[in-house]
Formats: sequence, C-alpha cells, structure tokens
Amino acid sequence: MKGANNRWLEQGDDALDRLIAERIDSPVPETPAPRPPRKRRVRTVHIPHALYLALALLLCLGIIGALMQTTARLPSFGNPDNPTNNEVSRRYLEQGLEETGAVNLVAGMILDYRAFDTLGESNVLFVAICAVIILLRLQQGEARPDDTAWEPRHDLILRTVGRLVVPLVLVFGIYVILNGHLSPGGGFSGGAVIGAGLILCRLAEGGERMGKVLSFRTFRALSTGALSFYALSKAYSFFTGANRLPSVITPGVPGRIFSAGLIPYLNIAVGLVVACTMYALFTLFRKGDL
Amino acid sequence: MSLSNYEELAAIALFGIGLTLLILDRNLIKKIIGFSMSDAGIYLYLAARGYVEGRRPPIVENGVTDAAAYINPIPTGLVLTGIVVSVASSAVFLALAVRLYERYRTLNLDEITDRVRKEEE
Repeated sequence: MKGANNRWLEQGDDALDRLIAERIDSPVPETPAPRPPRKRRVRTVHIPHALYLALALLLCLGIIGALMQTTARLPSFGNPDNPTNNEVSRRYLEQGLEETGAVNLVAGMILDYRAFDTLGESNVLFVAICAVIILLRLQQGEARPDDTAWEPRHDLILRTVGRLVVPLVLVFGIYVILNGHLSPGGGFSGGAVIGAGLILCRLAEGGERMGKVLSFRTFRALSTGALSFYALSKAYSFFTGANRLPSVITPGVPGRIFSAGLIPYLNIAVGLVVACTMYALFTLFRKGDL
Repeated sequence: MSLSNYEELAAIALFGIGLTLLILDRNLIKKIIGFSMSDAGIYLYLAARGYVEGRRPPIVENGVTDAAAYINPIPTGLVLTGIVVSVASSAVFLALAVRLYERYRTLNLDEITDRVRKEEE
C-alpha cells in the first residue's frame, strides 16, 4: 500500500514535472493577436475649387446678413436708455472711486472688482508663451535656419536712432504703467509699449548683447515672479478685505500716485508679464531662443 | 428696425471679411490674419455698444461720480481682456504654422492635409 502510494506519488511527480516542462517549453498561449488596424479609407472628397469658393462665400454672406439683420434691430447706438447701461455699470461708476480709489474707473474695475478675471487673462498670456516655447525653442542639436542672419549688423542709422528712441519708449511705458490708476493706460498697454521698446533695443544693439541682459532665466524669473505676486497679493486682499470687511489695504486719497490700494502694484506685475511676453515672442519667432 | 447702428454694422462687416478669409483661404498665414480681423470686428462691436452719446470716458474728472457723466466701462474692460487673449492665441497659431512649414515645406492647408493622410496610410 505504501509502495503503491509512493509509486503513484512518484508517477504523479513525474507527471507534474512533465506537465511543468511542457508548460515551460510550449510557447505561451497568446491572446489572439490584435487584428492589424483596418486601413481607414478616408475618402478625400475633392470638391471642385469653384464650387468650394461659391459655397463658402454663400455661407459667409449668410452669416453676415443674419448678423446685420440682428444688429439693425438692436437698440440704437449711443442711447443712454439702452439696456446695457444697467445697475452694474451705474454701481461701478458711482461707487468705484470711493471703493477702489482709482481715478481710472476701468482700472478700478478690472484690477479690483474683477481682479481674478485679469489674473486669468495674464495666465492665458503665460500659457500661450509656454506653448510657443514648447513649439519653437530649439532642442539641443536641432538646427533651424536662423533668421538673425538677415538682421542688420551694426547699422549706423538703426543704432543711433535706437539709442535716441529706446529710452524714451521705455520711460513712456513705465509712465503708462505707473499712472494706470490715474489716467488712461495700465499694465497691458504700458507692458506692450515696453515690449516694443525692448524689441527695438534688440534690433539696434544686436541679439548677443540683449541676450545677456534678458536671458531665458531672467525671463522665467520675471514672468513667474510677477504672476505669483499678483495671485498671492490678490488672494490676501480677498481673504482680508473683500465684501466690505475692514482691510489693511486702503484705497488712499484718490488722485495720488500711491493710492488705490493694490492697483498700482498689480499694474506693475501685469506690465512685467506683458513686456516679457512680447519680447520673448519676438525672439522665439526670430531665432528659437531668448 | 433702425439703420442708425452704423458703428455696429461696420464692425459686422469687418468680422465678416475676417470670417470669409478664415474659411475661404487655404494659406495658413492668411487664415490667421482673418482670425485677427474678425477679432477686431468683435472688439469694435463691443466698444460701440458701450458708448453713450455725449458722455466722457470713465475717468473721474473734478470728482464727478455721477453715472450720467461717463460711458459704460464694462465693454471696455471686456475688450481689454479680449485683445490679450487674441494676441496669445495668434502667437500659438503662428508657432504651429512655423512648425507645419518646417515639416511640410508649404503653408497650403490642402497640401498639408493630403500629405498627412498619405503618411498615415
């Protein structure tokens, strides 16, 4: 009985071994191979060019006609009784000076009442420049025809005029930013002016010298720093001062340069982001780096 | 029906020219130009809607804080937002156009589409 048992066991072991060996040797039963993707027969419909033109023109004319019909039925232009001039704008106009301290009521609106909207707007600009950097910045070992080869080098007229004009443009841009709460202007327009000045400076002085002043690292630090300052300071003011709670940030005396609470500082942050972005866009399209 | 909304009608015309260019033209750069033009039309439209006859821009002068003295500031703020977004999106479009040109050596959208399909097959 014992021997038989042993034999069975041995046999069993043998069988098991054989089974295991077979399993190991035999190829793994494959899951049925995925069918080769059927070639999608995308039928290119070749509409004749003339037909395409006619259809597109009809579509456009239809849309324009419908929009013009609608516009003609709207309340008339410049009428004070239009429904758009409702209590929202009345509130901004009548309480804006007192509540935000900004003489420029549009600045008070976009940087105080609707400051998070403007933060989102600056972020759109930042995300766009990130996308352009991803698309255009040269990887290591990647060569692209460099447009700087066609730039004028040491052009006497350009350099002289650049030296005369660039400081004035920069000062004007700074003036527009710093007076954003007192007069027309603000971070976006002033930043665009400064960006234009920087681009002119780059063209006049050459990319190498400008690249030392405003390198990629400087650009990164300025943009992210300005955006973080905006977000943090506005978050602080919303936590402490929104909904008419007493706040340490006071509107101040309207009309002074240091007034209107955070608005001048937010204008500076926005201006930095816009100026850096304009300049970076130019150089990225020009040579793929800063 | 009043035909006195000349400013808005001009804005619609500008939008329509931009839209036509965006749909009709096969050149990528011209499509982007059309996109920017239709943007400009929309901004003109919004700014015109905010205007009130005979009133001044919303910058307080001599401490007058009467709503009857200034135009509507809200469309102005909206246009400011819109301009920035349109600059940003144009930059992304142009960067994509540069990349497409580098790869396919053409800006004609039809040719690019044909070659993409051939590469897929």
